Amino acid sequence: MKIFVPIDAAARAVGSDEVAVELGAALKRRGVDATIVRNGTRGMIWLEPLVEVEKDGVRYGFGPVDEADVDALAGLIAEGKVDGHALSLGPVEELPWMKGQQRLTFARVGVIDPVSVADYEAHGGLAGLRRAIEIGPEAIVNEVMESGLRGRGGAGFPTAIKWKTVAGAPGPQKYIVCNADEGDSGSFADRMLMEGDPLCLIEGMAIAGVATGATQGYCYIRSEYPDAIRAMNDAIADARRYGMLGQSVLGSDYAYDMEVRVGAGAYVCGEETSLLNSLEGKRGIVRAKPPIPALEGFMGRPTVVNNVLSLGAVPWIIENGGAAYGALGIGRSKGTIPIQIAGNVKYGGLFEAAFGMSLGHIVNEIGGGTATGRPVKAVQVGGPLGAYIPVENFDVAFGYEELATKEGLLGHAGISVFDDTADMLKLSRFAMEFCAVESCGKCTPCRIGSIRGVETIDRIAQGEEEMIPVLTDLCNTMKWGSLCALGGFAPFPVMSALTHFPDDFRGRSAPRKEAAE
Amino acid sequence: MMSAVNDAEFNERLQAIIASHADQEGPLLPILHSVQAEWGYVPEEAQPILASALGMTRAEVYGVVSFYHDFRDHPAAPHVLRLCRAEACQSMGADELADQVREALGIDWHETTADGKITLEPVFCLGLCASCPSAQLDQRLVGRASLEKVRRWAEGVRA
Ligand SMILES: Cc1cc2nc3c(=O)[nH]c(=O)nc-3n(C[C@H](O)[C@H](O)[C@H](O)COP(=O)(O)O)c2cc1C
Ligand code: SF4
Ligand code: FES
Ligand code: FES
Repeated sequence: MKIFVPIDAAARAVGSDEVAVELGAALKRRGVDATIVRNGTRGMIWLEPLVEVEKDGVRYGFGPVDEADVDALAGLIAEGKVDGHALSLGPVEELPWMKGQQRLTFARVGVIDPVSVADYEAHGGLAGLRRAIEIGPEAIVNEVMESGLRGRGGAGFPTAIKWKTVAGAPGPQKYIVCNADEGDSGSFADRMLMEGDPLCLIEGMAIAGVATGATQGYCYIRSEYPDAIRAMNDAIADARRYGMLGQSVLGSDYAYDMEVRVGAGAYVCGEETSLLNSLEGKRGIVRAKPPIPALEGFMGRPTVVNNVLSLGAVPWIIENGGAAYGALGIGRSKGTIPIQIAGNVKYGGLFEAAFGMSLGHIVNEIGGGTATGRPVKAVQVGGPLGAYIPVENFDVAFGYEELATKEGLLGHAGISVFDDTADMLKLSRFAMEFCAVESCGKCTPCRIGSIRGVETIDRIAQGEEEMIPVLTDLCNTMKWGSLCALGGFAPFPVMSALTHFPDDFRGRSAPRKEAAE
Repeated sequence: MMSAVNDAEFNERLQAIIASHADQEGPLLPILHSVQAEWGYVPEEAQPILASALGMTRAEVYGVVSFYHDFRDHPAAPHVLRLCRAEACQSMGADELADQVREALGIDWHETTADGKITLEPVFCLGLCASCPSAQLDQRLVGRASLEKVRRWAEGVRA
C-alpha cells in the first residue's frame, strides 16, 4: 500500500515530517505493510499536512493532519478504510480545487515521487525532451513561438524570441540560466515546482540547451530555499546518472549539463543582469542594457535567462505542440498561469489555470475570501513592486495587459490578500523601506529616493498632509529615473495605496502606534 | 578581533575550500558560502587570501562580501531565528508577532539573547506565503507561526 505525505517546505513547516515518521511507526505497530512516499504538495496549502492513501488506484485525502490525529488515521488505514474520519476529504482529484484547474506545468507536482526518474517518466516526463531532440533547434523555437509563451518572471518577454537570439548568436560557449531567485512575497510556485517535480525544470532547461546550442546551465536559487536547493541538486545527480544530462543527452548528439548556484540574500539579484553579475562572483549591481544578456550574458557570452515557470512550461509545449498551449488564455496572455493565492486568504495555495479569470473570482471564489472572515480591502499582485488593487477593480481579468490597465503588474502571479484592518500607509512605507534596503545602489532616485520616501511617509503619518504631493513627486522621479524595475516600480504600491485609499493617509495627526515606533 | 583559529590550520582549511571550487566558473559566491558554512561567518582574514587566489583585489572581495545580506562579518549565536517581514506575512499579523517575539526574547532585530543562544534576523519571504506568518529557526521552517509555536521551538534549542 502506498501512502503519500508531502515533503514540500510548506507542508514541512506545518509538521509533515513528524506526521510521516509517526504514521510510519503507527502502521508498523499494526503490522500494515505500507510505503510512505514523500511527494510534493498538491498546492492546497490550507489542507497541509495532506496525507493521501492509495486504494485501487485512487488517492484518498486526509487533512490537515496533526500529529495527534496520526494514531486514529493509522487505525483506519489498518482496517482498509479510506474515509469515515473527521479529516476525510475523499478522492483528492475530485476536490473542486483540483478539478477546476488545468495543470500543465504542475501536472506531476504532488502526484509523483520527486526523486524518482522512473516515476517521472511513467507520468509523461521526458516526452518533451525526446521530441525536442527529434525535431531539432529551429522547430523547437517555432513551437515555443506558436505557444505564445511569455516570461513568467515578471517582464513578460516572448520566450521564443530570446531563444532565437541566443541560437543565432555566434560563440563557442552559450549558457542557459534559470532564474530561481523568487524573491516576491506572495510567490512560491518556483519553489513548489523545484521541490515537487525538479526533473521538469531540468528537462525544460535541457530543451532550451538543445534549442540554442547552449551546453552549460545554471539554476540560481535563493538561499532562503534550502529544500529546493537540495531537491534540485539531487535531481541533477539523478538526471546525470540517467543520461538526461551530460555529453550526450538521452543518447543524442546534443551535450548539456548544469549546476545549482545559491544566492546570498539580495532581492535585486532576481533582476537578470544583477543575477548574472552575482553568478560571476561580483556584487549584484544591475547592468545597463544594451548589451542584452542574450548576446552578452554570463561571462560576456550569449545567455538565455528564464524564470523557472517559463522553462517549466516548455516540456509540455514541446510534447503537445505550441498550438495546444497557445489555444488557452486571453489576448496576448497565452497558456496557463500558476496563480499563487497567499496572505490573508481562506484557501491559500497554487492554482494553475488558463489566463483570463477575473481577479475577484480568484480571490473570492477560489480563495474563499479572507482567512479572518473580514471583508477584503485590497490585494497586491506581483510582489513588492506590484500595485495594491482595491475590490472595485476586481473585475479585471488575470493577464499581462489586462492587469496593466489597472496600473497592476502580473509579476510572478502571486496574490497577497489583505482584510479591512490593513493600514495602507504602513504598507506604502514598507514598499519604500524594502526598496531602500534592497537597492543595488546604482541610481540616485532608487537609492536616495526610497529613503526620502520613508521619511516623507513618516511625516504624513504624523499628520503632515501637505507632504502628500511631495510623495507623489518623489514617486514620479523614481518611476522615470531608475534603471531597473526595483526603483522604477516601487512607486506603484505606494501610488496605488494613495490613490485608492486616501483616507489612510489623511488625518493621521494622532500618531498610530506603528508610526510612533 | 583575534582569529580563534591557528593560522596554519586556518590557511589549510581555506585552501581546501578554494581547491574544491577550482573547476567552477565565477566561484566566489560558492566559496563564500562554503567559508561561512565552515566558520559561521566570513572571517576578515580570509578576504586577502581569496583575493589573491581568484586574481581579484581585496577591495573587490570586500565589496562582494558586504553587498550580500547573507554573509556575516562576525559569528552569529549558535541558533538563528528568522521572522518573515514581507507583505503576505504582514497580512496575517507578522508585525504583531515580531513585536511579541522581540518582547519575549528581550531583543531587537539582529541582536542576540542574553544567554548568547539565539540571534534574531528579519527575512523577506520564505515562500510559505499561503500559511503565514512564517518563521525559521535554524533549518526548521514554521508555518502558521504564533508566539507559542516560536517559543516552543526556541525553548527546545535553548535547553
Ligand atoms: C528587482 C527585480 C527582481 C526580479 N526578480 C525576479 C525573480 O525573482 N525571478 C525571475 O524570474 N525574474 C525576476 N525579475 C525579472 C528578470 O529581470 C527577468 O525579466 C526574468 O528573469 C526573465 O525571465 P523570463 O523571461 O522567463 O521571465 C526581477 C526583475 C527585477 C527588476
Ligand atoms: S533602480 Fe535601484 S536596484 Fe535598479 S539599478 Fe537602479 S539602484 Fe539598482
Ligand atoms: S544609472 Fe544613474 S540614475 Fe540610474
Ligand atoms: S511573505 Fe512571508 S513567507 Fe512569503
